[in-house]
Amino acid sequence: MKRIYSVSVENRSGVLCKVAGLFSRRCFNIDSLAVGETDDPAVSCMTIVSSGDERTIEQIEKQLNKKLDVIKVKTFDENASISRELMLVKVKYNRGNRRDIMENCDIMKAQIVDMSKNTMIIQICDEPERIQLFLKMLQTISIVEVARTGTLALPKCKDAEN
Amino acid sequence: MIGADAIVKCLEAEGVEYVFGYPGVAICPFYNSILDSDIRTILIRTEQNAAHAASGLARVSGKVGVCAVTSGPGATNVITGIATAFADSIPLVCITGQVNSELIGSDVFQEADITGAVESFVKYSYLIKNVNDIPKAFKEAFHIANTGRKGPVLIDIPIDIQNAPVPKFHYPEEVNMRTYKPTVKGNMAQIKKVVKELEKAKRPIICAGGGVQLSGGVEVLRAFSEKYQIPVVSTMMGIGVMPTRHPLYYGMVGNNGKPCANRAMNESDLLLMVGARVADRAVSQPDLITNNKVLIHIDVDPAEIGKNVGPHVPLVGDVKHIFEDLAAQEIQCDHTHCSYGEWIKTLDRYRTEMEVKRNPKKEYVDPAKFITMLSDKMQEDGIYVADVGQNQIWSCGYHIVRKGRFLTSGGMGTMGYSIPAAMGAKLADKSRQVIAVCGDGSFQMSMMELATMRQHDIPVKIVVLKNNYLGMVREFQHYNYKDNYSVVDLSGSPDLEKLVAAYDMDFLRLSNMEHAEETIDAFLKEDKSMLLECIIDPMDLVK
Repeated sequence: MKRIYSVSVENRSGVLCKVAGLFSRRCFNIDSLAVGETDDPAVSCMTIVSSGDERTIEQIEKQLNKKLDVIKVKTFDENASISRELMLVKVKYNRGNRRDIMENCDIMKAQIVDMSKNTMIIQICDEPERIQLFLKMLQTISIVEVARTGTLALPKCKDAEN
Repeated sequence: MIGADAIVKCLEAEGVEYVFGYPGVAICPFYNSILDSDIRTILIRTEQNAAHAASGLARVSGKVGVCAVTSGPGATNVITGIATAFADSIPLVCITGQVNSELIGSDVFQEADITGAVESFVKYSYLIKNVNDIPKAFKEAFHIANTGRKGPVLIDIPIDIQNAPVPKFHYPEEVNMRTYKPTVKGNMAQIKKVVKELEKAKRPIICAGGGVQLSGGVEVLRAFSEKYQIPVVSTMMGIGVMPTRHPLYYGMVGNNGKPCANRAMNESDLLLMVGARVADRAVSQPDLITNNKVLIHIDVDPAEIGKNVGPHVPLVGDVKHIFEDLAAQEIQCDHTHCSYGEWIKTLDRYRTEMEVKRNPKKEYVDPAKFITMLSDKMQEDGIYVADVGQNQIWSCGYHIVRKGRFLTSGGMGTMGYSIPAAMGAKLADKSRQVIAVCGDGSFQMSMMELATMRQHDIPVKIVVLKNNYLGMVREFQHYNYKDNYSVVDLSGSPDLEKLVAAYDMDFLRLSNMEHAEETIDAFLKEDKSMLLECIIDPMDLVK
């Protein structure tokens, strides 16, 4: 079972280590992790994607809540959330495959953000599954390096929300 | 005023009477400042024992135990003590000196990343980088340590911060942390569910854990059990919640517990797990205890509920508060309606029928008989500190708690705990008799503290059950490795009579049960430290 945890934490040094340490010490999985400051500079938001059985999923939330640097834990299902990932891929290209790459980028709504005579950097921001798909499509050409953020997610909007 | 003075002021404001520790350069400013205070410093002989002593003091006084050690090896040595306190939820504040804050991270002499190293054994830790943060950090640390699920807090303070001038000292009166607000009161709807279950139950039982003692809920739980005639068993940490010979108490559960206690728990139809973790030693197959019964799990730590077993009625809150609220409820379960009476009759029968029969050899001291005799002769409110090993299991099984306390390292099972913890317990209440009971293995892990007892005049009594073996491991090898004993022979141990003589301590030896009565009388007669060596059968087993 996959679960997304959106964890507000005190924006202090060492907090990332404490939260990550909790996962490793209790043998919880981290599928992906993304951290950034929120609108309040004293608060950071960690988006953690994890998986496990029901008891594990519940324990992760409870153990996160026990950490004194954790302000709030929100947890939600993939289906109940909007999730995005950002990926930058540097690829080698030549006259023969340039058009193919550009077509693929068009289909997947990816952008070419930097170029040299034989390499280019492609940027894509999409759902994690589509990022994976795009990466698969690029595998026929020569990938130089890849940088990916973890998943960012927020629960979907509801009408009655304040 | 400098940072070190501010630390001492914080400790004074918290009413700290004793600091256990070991100095080194990085904590010297603090140890210099404390000279001007009424707080007494106890020079322990190894840092691990500073935390154990603070733990003993905390458990008897109900206050936070404090230790202060230096950076690097001082700090890393104290980790086992901190982990021991963490496993048993004992409130400690541990101060560690640190190298100059500008040098942190450059691997200078005696530098250790102690906040990183203890992360999984502390409730919280601080690395102070600004001298003005000292009062707030200490206020929070004492609050965190002694509220909610109690536990150790570490404060790491670089030497330059200890020496930095403090423009104005102000100790905060209140703690306001947005991330820490432990649940104390139990949810009323859940409490009502407990009442309903008790009314339905025919064979209810309470399993009391260490949380009962820690919350100060001993009396209210006991009164509740007596009012409704609900039988009680306990975990190792829950020993002493009920007096051992209380008619409603059936002993310790678990793989080293009393058979009748385990049977009582298994045959119950309603189990109230109170302030206990449902850990492997108490409940080896957690799934089984929810099969044929309703499980109510009461704990102050929400993460404990559902961690090892999923209860039917989870109830988060402080044991004392919850039982006060439960006591205020009208529970319709007179004996005729619920027939708890029949249940108790059955349990009483189990208690007699399932009593463990031992066949001790006459030429040795029988630890079982000896421990019962010792507990009957010690002061009614005396404190019995059991170490770890076979001695611990015998102590759990045969020590009789009347109005006293039973202390031991339950969660971590740290050998060498008893002597330093007994010293802390004695300092917490000098009017009470304190006896540390250890094996010859565990004694040698803490025997350096005889010097501390002598130096600071801490009259703790020590019993060493001597069998020249690491008995518990030997027993394990007996059952699991067909008597292929490996690294358990304690030959080379010192002559204890000569050893204690070197510390000007009195010595007694008991070789068999013949003179047990008078030897124990002599051992307990005066309020001074003494060591009693009991020669026990090296091949004796706890099971």
